Amino acid sequence: MNAIRIDIENVTVAYHGKVALHSASLQLQAGTICGLVGMNGAGKSTLFKAIMGFVQPAGGRILINGLPIRRVQKSSLVAYVPQSEEVDWNFPVSVHDVVMMGRYGYMNLLRIPRLSDQRAVREALERVEMWQMRDRQIGELSGGQKKRTFFARALAQQGKVLLLDEPFAGVDIKTEKMMIHLLMELRQTGHTILISTHDLASITTFCDQVVLINRTILAYGNTSEVFTAENLSRTFGGSVGDFSLATSQLAPGNQEEQEWT
Amino acid sequence: MDLVQWFAAPLQYEFMVKAILVSALVGLVCSALSCYMTLKGWALMGDAVSHAVLPGVVIAYVLNIPLAIGAFVFGVGSVLAIGFIKAKTRVKEDAVIGLVFTGFFALGIVLISKVKSTVDLGHILFGNVLGISDSDITQTVIISIITLVTLAILRKDLILFCFDSTHARSIGMNITFLYYVLLSLLSLTAVAGLQTVGIILVVAMLVTPGATAYLLSDRFDQMMLIAIASGVFSSVMGTYISYHIDGSTGGCIVVLQTLLFVIAMIFAPKHGLLVQPKAAESP
Repeated sequence: MNAIRIDIENVTVAYHGKVALHSASLQLQAGTICGLVGMNGAGKSTLFKAIMGFVQPAGGRILINGLPIRRVQKSSLVAYVPQSEEVDWNFPVSVHDVVMMGRYGYMNLLRIPRLSDQRAVREALERVEMWQMRDRQIGELSGGQKKRTFFARALAQQGKVLLLDEPFAGVDIKTEKMMIHLLMELRQTGHTILISTHDLASITTFCDQVVLINRTILAYGNTSEVFTAENLSRTFGGSVGDFSLATSQLAPGNQEEQEWT
Repeated sequence: MDLVQWFAAPLQYEFMVKAILVSALVGLVCSALSCYMTLKGWALMGDAVSHAVLPGVVIAYVLNIPLAIGAFVFGVGSVLAIGFIKAKTRVKEDAVIGLVFTGFFALGIVLISKVKSTVDLGHILFGNVLGISDSDITQTVIISIITLVTLAILRKDLILFCFDSTHARSIGMNITFLYYVLLSLLSLTAVAGLQTVGIILVVAMLVTPGATAYLLSDRFDQMMLIAIASGVFSSVMGTYISYHIDGSTGGCIVVLQTLLFVIAMIFAPKHGLLVQPKAAESP
């Protein structure tokens, strides 16, 4: 299981009879970074949840190397970095504890870390430059450090697939640059990466492919072909002339998607 | 000298020795579980389940089977009922929890009133640790062992379940199983707590020590130790005080626990009221 390919075929997801995602189809290839772009409530988080197997599609199917997600979950193959809003930052755990949670899938019943687990955690923390902060309680971190901690957990998990939901929301420039750099390294080593972001300006710098989404997939393909002003305007449902306007309009709030979590 | 006397005098009675030991054990087990209850945000759930077990306890009493079995059936049953009503109606969750547990509790009271000759309502509602029978002690010990062993084995899984069940699912952990484990332990410890503080106050045993420790620590293991220390201390001292003032044992234990919480709330080095104003003043 080295090169992981994800096939999303005609997936429809509904919550309480309300369709959140309609007939979505796309393929994610190993060694690529795919950007997911859409308004709040456009179905980005829903797509992540469908891939993770957290919601059962009303129609269609999702296959990971030809197998349904439930068959591959135990192998820690898919690492998921949630939005920061979903985390209880007052929880009495340290940075190191959180990153170690990425290794639980490899451990025995009592979850006693082996040397290989300790090593993976240390390496992940060093890659995001958080090793010095490892004993901090997670609530004592800055926004960027929080994101890096959860990114380190995904690294420590050593999944071949990375799903990142808004990893750049509320982070400093240094963290965003570092994470983009790490994502590009992971692409080099054949990882399959799907990332949702509102930072439209940075997408062209590191995403090989782009998915534009608004309740269904509006456009999907190579960034150079799909990431056009015309397509973006369709995605954001109006005449969004330039990227900076789009970014500033989209930054605050997440209410609509929160309702579905 | 007086102090020694204060501690030594009750120990000449066998029932007091038993009461102190049982209280300490129940304090220990409930406090350990209370960490998970407070972190998972299950205080209301704990309140609901601990009350809803009443009819199960009474039926088990009448059928002469272990009370824990009856409590377990009704504890889990109440949560299933809450889930079902929430899913099928438009009534909000807090209202559903409120109506289900009071409904179960009321049913229990009716049952007790019909089988008065064998069950003492007061003992179940307010606890009777000073008059605890040997079979009740055996049951409390068994429940304690089951709970502590389960918490020891699943410690890290339950922490992850409370902290980030999404991640737990994403690495293939069975969170439905963990949910029911925690729920079952809650039902069982409600029976253990019932012996000492009674069914009405048992939720205090399952919430307060955890809440106190939460204010005093930013590490789970430390929080667990503080919760257990405060829970065992309150249970033992509460039993002593109730002997000396000839008052309700359950009441004394819970009042002490609450006092410890208030002290922690004011004086906690990092999260106490005395240090918080600095953070609150800045906009």
